[in-house]
Amino acid sequence: MTMLHTVNKSPFEKDSLTSCLRLSEDGASILLIEDGIIAAIEGAATSDAIKEAMKTKKVYALQEDVNARGVQGKVIDGIEQVDYAGFVKLVTEHDSVQSWV
Amino acid sequence: MSDVKKFLYVNRRAPYGTIYAWESLEVILIGAAFDQDVTLAFVDDGVFQLVKGHDTAGIEMKNFSPTYAALGDYDINKIYVEKESLEARGLTIDDLQHLVWEDEDEDWAEKDSIKVVSSAELAEMMGQQDVVLSF
Amino acid sequence: MKLSIQVNEGPYQHQASDSAFMFTKTAIEAGHEIFRVFFYHDGVNNGTRYTTPPQDDRHVVNRWSELAEAHDLDLVICVAAAQRRGLVDEGEQERNGKDGNNIAPGFRISGLGQLIEAGIQSERLVVFGD
Repeated sequence: MTMLHTVNKSPFEKDSLTSCLRLSEDGASILLIEDGIIAAIEGAATSDAIKEAMKTKKVYALQEDVNARGVQGKVIDGIEQVDYAGFVKLVTEHDSVQSWV
Repeated sequence: MSDVKKFLYVNRRAPYGTIYAWESLEVILIGAAFDQDVTLAFVDDGVFQLVKGHDTAGIEMKNFSPTYAALGDYDINKIYVEKESLEARGLTIDDLQHLVWEDEDEDWAEKDSIKVVSSAELAEMMGQQDVVLSF
Repeated sequence: MKLSIQVNEGPYQHQASDSAFMFTKTAIEAGHEIFRVFFYHDGVNNGTRYTTPPQDDRHVVNRWSELAEAHDLDLVICVAAAQRRGLVDEGEQERNGKDGNNIAPGFRISGLGQLIEAGIQSERLVVFGD
Protein backbone atom coordinates (compact mmCIF):
# COMPACT_ATOMS: atom_id res chain seq x y z
CA MET A 1 0.00 0.00 0.00
CA THR A 2 1.31 3.47 -0.74
CA MET A 3 0.13 6.49 1.13
CA LEU A 4 -0.06 10.11 0.00
CA HIS A 5 0.85 12.51 2.79
CA THR A 6 -0.10 16.19 2.57
CA VAL A 7 1.58 18.93 4.58
CA ASN A 8 -0.11 22.31 4.55
CA LYS A 9 1.72 24.28 7.25
CA SER A 10 5.03 26.05 7.02
CA PRO A 11 7.91 24.17 8.67
CA PHE A 12 8.75 27.43 10.41
CA GLU A 13 5.30 27.64 11.98
CA LYS A 14 4.58 24.05 13.06
CA ASP A 15 6.21 20.68 13.36
CA SER A 16 3.83 19.04 10.89
CA LEU A 17 6.50 18.58 8.22
CA THR A 18 8.99 17.17 10.72
CA SER A 19 6.42 14.69 12.00
CA CYS A 20 5.37 13.76 8.48
CA LEU A 21 8.96 13.06 7.45
CA ARG A 22 9.52 11.02 10.59
CA LEU A 23 6.33 9.00 10.28
CA SER A 24 6.02 8.39 6.54
CA GLU A 25 7.36 5.17 5.13
CA ASP A 26 9.91 4.74 2.34
CA GLY A 27 8.06 4.71 -0.95
CA ALA A 28 5.35 7.09 0.23
CA SER A 29 4.58 10.39 -1.51
CA ILE A 30 4.49 13.77 0.16
CA LEU A 31 2.54 16.68 -1.32
CA LEU A 32 3.25 20.17 0.02
CA ILE A 33 0.26 22.51 -0.21
CA GLU A 34 -0.73 25.93 1.15
CA ASP A 35 2.05 27.28 3.41
CA GLY A 36 3.61 23.82 3.34
CA ILE A 37 5.26 24.74 0.03
CA ILE A 38 7.71 26.88 1.98
CA ALA A 39 9.57 23.66 2.70
CA ALA A 40 10.10 23.26 -1.05
CA ILE A 41 12.31 26.34 -1.28
CA GLU A 42 15.94 25.73 -2.23
CA GLY A 43 18.26 27.05 0.45
CA ALA A 44 15.64 27.20 3.17
CA ALA A 45 16.69 25.76 6.53
CA THR A 46 14.56 22.69 5.74
CA SER A 47 16.25 21.96 2.40
CA ASP A 48 18.55 19.30 3.78
CA ALA A 49 15.73 17.44 5.49
CA ILE A 50 13.60 17.55 2.35
CA LYS A 51 16.46 16.38 0.12
CA GLU A 52 17.17 13.55 2.53
CA ALA A 53 13.50 12.53 2.36
CA MET A 54 13.61 12.69 -1.43
CA LYS A 55 16.06 9.78 -1.46
CA THR A 56 13.28 7.38 -0.43
CA LYS A 57 10.04 9.28 -0.99
CA LYS A 58 8.56 11.28 -3.83
CA VAL A 59 8.00 14.92 -2.92
CA TYR A 60 5.53 17.15 -4.74
CA ALA A 61 4.48 20.77 -4.38
CA LEU A 62 1.17 22.31 -5.38
CA GLN A 63 1.95 24.76 -8.14
CA GLU A 64 -0.90 27.13 -7.42
CA ASP A 65 0.36 27.61 -3.86
CA VAL A 66 3.99 28.03 -5.01
CA ASN A 67 2.89 30.74 -7.44
CA ALA A 68 0.71 32.47 -4.86
CA ARG A 69 3.68 32.91 -2.56
CA GLY A 70 5.96 34.29 -5.25
CA VAL A 71 8.56 31.52 -5.04
CA GLN A 72 8.17 29.93 -8.46
CA GLY A 73 11.73 29.43 -9.66
CA LYS A 74 13.05 28.73 -6.17
CA VAL A 75 11.69 25.22 -5.82
CA ILE A 76 14.22 22.48 -5.05
CA ASP A 77 15.29 20.62 -8.15
CA GLY A 78 13.59 17.24 -8.11
CA ILE A 79 10.41 18.33 -6.38
CA GLU A 80 7.67 17.81 -8.93
CA GLN A 81 5.10 20.55 -9.12
CA VAL A 82 1.52 19.51 -9.73
CA ASP A 83 -1.62 21.56 -10.17
CA TYR A 84 -5.01 20.77 -8.59
CA ALA A 85 -5.75 18.24 -11.33
CA GLY A 86 -2.45 16.60 -10.42
CA PHE A 87 -3.42 16.70 -6.74
CA VAL A 88 -6.65 14.87 -7.50
CA LYS A 89 -4.73 12.35 -9.58
CA LEU A 90 -2.25 11.73 -6.75
CA VAL A 91 -5.12 11.02 -4.39
CA THR A 92 -6.59 8.43 -6.71
CA GLU A 93 -3.22 6.85 -7.49
CA HIS A 94 -2.36 6.22 -3.83
CA ASP A 95 -4.20 3.80 -1.60
CA SER A 96 -4.92 6.32 1.13
CA VAL A 97 -4.28 9.91 2.17
CA GLN A 98 -2.96 11.29 5.46
CA SER A 99 -3.13 15.04 6.04
CA TRP A 100 -0.54 16.52 8.43
CA VAL A 101 -2.37 19.67 9.49
CA MET B 1 -22.72 -4.82 4.69
CA SER B 2 -19.56 -2.87 3.78
CA ASP B 3 -16.13 -4.33 4.19
CA VAL B 4 -14.47 -3.36 7.44
CA LYS B 5 -11.96 -0.58 6.93
CA LYS B 6 -8.94 0.38 8.97
CA PHE B 7 -9.70 3.75 10.52
CA LEU B 8 -6.89 5.75 12.12
CA TYR B 9 -7.48 8.83 14.27
CA VAL B 10 -4.35 10.96 14.53
CA ASN B 11 -4.08 13.21 17.58
CA ARG B 12 -1.18 15.67 17.58
CA ARG B 13 -2.39 18.50 19.78
CA ALA B 14 -2.52 19.08 23.51
CA PRO B 15 -5.92 19.36 25.16
CA TYR B 16 -7.56 22.64 26.16
CA GLY B 17 -5.31 25.00 24.14
CA THR B 18 -7.54 24.14 21.18
CA ILE B 19 -10.72 22.14 20.77
CA TYR B 20 -9.31 19.50 18.45
CA ALA B 21 -8.58 16.97 21.20
CA TRP B 22 -12.13 17.01 22.53
CA GLU B 23 -13.87 17.15 19.17
CA SER B 24 -11.74 14.28 17.86
CA LEU B 25 -12.86 12.20 20.87
CA GLU B 26 -16.45 12.92 19.88
CA VAL B 27 -15.80 11.47 16.43
CA ILE B 28 -14.05 8.46 17.94
CA LEU B 29 -16.98 7.70 20.24
CA ILE B 30 -19.60 8.02 17.49
CA GLY B 31 -17.38 6.08 15.13
CA ALA B 32 -17.20 3.19 17.58
CA ALA B 33 -20.76 2.25 16.65
CA PHE B 34 -19.74 1.52 13.08
CA ASP B 35 -17.69 -1.61 13.85
CA GLN B 36 -14.63 -0.62 11.87
CA ASP B 37 -11.04 -1.58 12.68
CA VAL B 38 -10.09 1.45 14.76
CA THR B 39 -6.66 2.59 15.91
CA LEU B 40 -5.79 5.81 17.71
CA ALA B 41 -2.37 7.46 17.41
CA PHE B 42 -1.07 10.04 19.87
CA VAL B 43 1.90 11.92 18.45
CA ASP B 44 3.68 15.20 19.18
CA ASP B 45 1.68 17.25 21.71
CA GLY B 46 -1.19 14.78 21.36
CA VAL B 47 0.47 12.70 24.09
CA PHE B 48 -0.71 15.31 26.62
CA GLN B 49 -4.30 14.20 26.00
CA LEU B 50 -3.48 10.96 27.81
CA VAL B 51 -1.49 12.41 30.69
CA LYS B 52 -3.21 11.67 33.99
CA GLY B 53 -4.28 14.23 36.55
CA HIS B 54 -5.84 16.96 34.42
CA ASP B 55 -7.21 19.65 36.76
CA THR B 56 -9.14 22.17 34.72
CA ALA B 57 -10.96 23.99 37.50
CA GLY B 58 -8.78 27.06 37.14
CA ILE B 59 -9.33 27.42 33.39
CA GLU B 60 -13.05 26.69 33.72
CA MET B 61 -13.12 24.14 30.94
CA LYS B 62 -14.71 20.73 31.12
CA ASN B 63 -12.15 18.07 32.03
CA PHE B 64 -12.90 15.43 29.45
CA SER B 65 -9.95 13.16 30.27
CA PRO B 66 -12.16 10.55 32.02
CA THR B 67 -13.56 9.80 28.58
CA TYR B 68 -10.31 8.14 27.53
CA ALA B 69 -10.75 5.58 30.29
CA ALA B 70 -14.10 4.60 28.76
CA LEU B 71 -12.66 3.86 25.32
CA GLY B 72 -12.09 0.21 26.22
CA ASP B 73 -15.82 -0.22 26.73
CA TYR B 74 -16.34 0.99 23.16
CA ASP B 75 -13.99 -1.69 21.81
CA ILE B 76 -11.31 0.91 21.15
CA ASN B 77 -8.21 -0.81 22.42
CA LYS B 78 -5.47 -0.08 19.90
CA ILE B 79 -3.95 3.11 21.22
CA TYR B 80 -0.49 3.88 19.91
CA VAL B 81 1.66 6.49 21.65
CA GLU B 82 4.90 7.55 19.98
CA LYS B 83 7.91 7.02 22.24
CA GLU B 84 9.83 9.85 20.65
CA SER B 85 6.98 12.30 21.29
CA LEU B 86 6.88 11.32 24.97
CA GLU B 87 10.64 11.59 25.43
CA ALA B 88 10.88 14.95 23.68
CA ARG B 89 8.40 16.24 26.25
CA GLY B 90 10.02 14.71 29.30
CA LEU B 91 7.26 12.15 29.72
CA THR B 92 7.12 8.39 30.19
CA ILE B 93 4.29 5.88 30.07
CA ASP B 94 3.95 6.30 33.84
CA ASP B 95 2.68 9.82 33.26
CA LEU B 96 -0.19 8.51 31.17
CA GLN B 97 -3.55 7.17 32.24
CA HIS B 98 -3.58 3.40 32.48
CA LEU B 99 -6.11 2.55 29.78
CA VAL B 100 -7.44 -0.99 29.66
CA TRP B 101 -9.96 -3.15 27.89
CA GLU B 102 -11.52 -6.51 28.65
CA ASP B 103 -10.89 -9.28 26.17
CA GLU B 104 -14.05 -11.39 25.95
CA ASP B 105 -12.11 -14.04 24.04
CA GLU B 106 -9.93 -14.56 27.07
CA ASP B 107 -12.50 -14.69 29.82
CA TRP B 108 -12.70 -10.89 30.05
CA ALA B 109 -9.04 -10.63 31.00
CA GLU B 110 -7.99 -7.01 31.48
CA LYS B 111 -5.37 -5.87 28.99
CA ASP B 112 -3.48 -2.66 28.31
CA SER B 113 -4.83 -0.54 25.48
CA ILE B 114 -1.79 1.72 25.18
CA LYS B 115 1.25 0.63 23.22
CA VAL B 116 4.26 2.93 23.37
CA VAL B 117 5.96 2.45 20.03
CA SER B 118 8.95 3.68 18.07
CA SER B 119 8.53 6.09 15.18
CA ALA B 120 9.29 3.28 12.75
CA GLU B 121 6.62 1.03 14.20
CA LEU B 122 4.12 3.86 14.20
CA ALA B 123 4.95 4.73 10.58
CA GLU B 124 4.36 1.13 9.57
CA MET B 125 0.99 1.04 11.28
CA MET B 126 -0.03 4.36 9.72
CA GLY B 127 0.96 3.18 6.27
CA GLN B 128 -1.53 0.34 6.49
CA GLN B 129 -4.58 2.43 7.24
CA ASP B 130 -7.48 2.93 4.82
CA VAL B 131 -9.00 6.08 6.29
CA VAL B 132 -6.97 8.60 8.27
CA LEU B 133 -8.78 11.34 10.18
CA SER B 134 -6.59 14.25 11.26
CA PHE B 135 -7.84 16.94 13.61
CA MET C 1 -13.65 7.26 -7.99
CA LYS C 2 -15.92 8.06 -5.03
CA LEU C 3 -14.33 10.77 -2.85
CA SER C 4 -15.22 12.51 0.38
CA ILE C 5 -13.71 15.65 1.83
CA GLN C 6 -13.48 16.86 5.44
CA VAL C 7 -13.13 20.60 6.11
CA ASN C 8 -11.89 21.52 9.58
CA GLU C 9 -11.57 25.30 9.37
CA GLY C 10 -13.85 28.26 8.72
CA PRO C 11 -13.94 30.64 5.77
CA TYR C 12 -11.12 33.17 5.32
CA GLN C 13 -9.31 32.45 8.59
CA HIS C 14 -7.39 29.53 7.08
CA GLN C 15 -6.79 28.40 3.52
CA ALA C 16 -8.24 24.98 4.34
CA SER C 17 -11.71 25.80 3.06
CA ASP C 18 -10.32 27.27 -0.15
CA SER C 19 -8.09 24.28 -0.76
CA ALA C 20 -10.96 21.91 -0.07
CA PHE C 21 -13.21 23.81 -2.46
CA MET C 22 -10.66 23.81 -5.26
CA PHE C 23 -9.91 20.13 -4.73
CA THR C 24 -13.61 19.27 -4.78
CA LYS C 25 -14.29 21.33 -7.89
CA THR C 26 -11.31 19.86 -9.72
CA ALA C 27 -12.28 16.32 -8.75
CA ILE C 28 -15.74 16.89 -10.19
CA GLU C 29 -14.24 18.27 -13.40
CA ALA C 30 -12.09 15.15 -13.65
CA GLY C 31 -15.21 13.02 -13.52
CA HIS C 32 -15.05 11.78 -9.93
CA GLU C 33 -18.06 11.41 -7.70
CA ILE C 34 -18.15 13.42 -4.48
CA PHE C 35 -19.92 11.31 -1.88
CA ARG C 36 -19.93 14.00 0.80
CA VAL C 37 -18.18 17.13 2.02
CA PHE C 38 -18.22 17.14 5.82
CA PHE C 39 -17.61 20.31 7.80
CA TYR C 40 -16.22 19.93 11.31
CA HIS C 41 -14.68 22.13 14.03
CA ASP C 42 -14.75 25.76 12.81
CA GLY C 43 -15.41 24.36 9.35
CA VAL C 44 -19.11 24.57 10.18
CA ASN C 45 -18.82 28.32 9.64
CA ASN C 46 -18.50 27.69 5.91
CA GLY C 47 -22.26 27.20 6.04
CA THR C 48 -23.27 30.52 7.55
CA ARG C 49 -25.70 32.62 5.52
CA TYR C 50 -24.79 36.14 6.64
CA THR C 51 -21.26 36.73 5.41
CA THR C 52 -20.60 39.92 3.44
CA PRO C 53 -17.08 39.64 2.10
CA PRO C 54 -15.63 42.44 -0.02
CA GLN C 55 -16.88 42.37 -3.59
CA ASP C 56 -13.41 42.06 -5.09
CA ASP C 57 -12.65 38.78 -3.36
CA ARG C 58 -14.09 35.29 -3.50
CA HIS C 59 -17.34 34.58 -1.69
CA VAL C 60 -16.40 31.40 0.16
CA VAL C 61 -19.86 30.49 1.44
CA ASN C 62 -21.72 31.23 -1.77
CA ARG C 63 -19.37 29.30 -3.97
CA TRP C 64 -19.87 26.20 -1.81
CA SER C 65 -23.65 26.70 -2.14
CA GLU C 66 -23.35 27.19 -5.90
CA LEU C 67 -21.12 24.15 -6.36
CA ALA C 68 -23.57 22.09 -4.32
CA GLU C 69 -26.47 23.21 -6.46
CA ALA C 70 -24.67 22.68 -9.76
CA HIS C 71 -23.59 19.15 -8.87
CA ASP C 72 -26.10 18.01 -6.27
CA LEU C 73 -23.41 17.79 -3.59
CA ASP C 74 -24.07 16.65 -0.04
CA LEU C 75 -22.59 19.37 2.18
CA VAL C 76 -22.95 18.26 5.79
CA ILE C 77 -22.31 20.35 8.86
CA CYS C 78 -21.70 18.50 12.11
CA VAL C 79 -24.54 19.19 14.56
CA ALA C 80 -22.40 19.14 17.72
CA ALA C 81 -19.83 21.54 16.27
CA ALA C 82 -22.63 23.70 14.86
CA GLN C 83 -24.42 23.97 18.18
CA ARG C 84 -21.23 25.02 19.86
CA ARG C 85 -20.63 27.74 17.27
CA GLY C 86 -24.18 29.00 16.64
CA LEU C 87 -24.85 27.53 13.18
CA VAL C 88 -28.59 26.94 13.09
CA ASP C 89 -31.04 25.53 10.56
CA GLU C 90 -34.83 25.47 10.93
CA GLY C 91 -34.84 22.17 12.78
CA GLU C 92 -32.19 23.30 15.24
CA GLN C 93 -33.95 26.65 15.66
CA GLU C 94 -37.11 24.87 16.73
CA ARG C 95 -35.39 22.20 18.86
CA ASN C 96 -33.24 24.66 20.77
CA GLY C 97 -35.64 27.62 20.96
CA LYS C 98 -33.62 30.06 18.88
CA ASP C 99 -35.17 33.18 17.38
CA GLY C 100 -33.76 32.61 13.92
CA ASN C 101 -31.55 30.44 11.76
CA ASN C 102 -28.50 31.19 9.67
CA ILE C 103 -27.65 28.22 7.52
CA ALA C 104 -26.66 28.88 3.92
CA PRO C 105 -28.34 27.16 0.97
CA GLY C 106 -27.03 23.76 0.02
CA PHE C 107 -25.84 22.81 3.51
CA ARG C 108 -27.55 20.48 5.95
CA ILE C 109 -26.84 19.83 9.62
CA SER C 110 -26.40 16.22 10.69
CA GLY C 111 -24.47 13.93 13.02
CA LEU C 112 -20.86 12.79 13.11
CA GLY C 113 -22.00 9.41 11.85
CA GLN C 114 -22.16 11.05 8.43
CA LEU C 115 -18.40 11.56 8.53
CA ILE C 116 -17.73 7.95 9.47
CA GLU C 117 -20.13 6.78 6.79
CA ALA C 118 -18.27 8.97 4.28
CA GLY C 119 -15.04 7.25 5.26
CA ILE C 120 -16.62 3.82 4.87
CA GLN C 121 -18.52 4.44 1.62
CA SER C 122 -15.87 6.48 -0.21
CA GLU C 123 -12.73 5.20 -1.80
CA ARG C 124 -10.72 8.14 -0.50
CA LEU C 125 -11.27 10.69 2.27
CA VAL C 126 -9.17 13.86 2.15
CA VAL C 127 -8.91 16.13 5.19
CA PHE C 128 -8.28 19.87 4.92
CA GLY C 129 -7.41 21.53 8.21
CA ASP C 130 -4.86 23.59 10.05
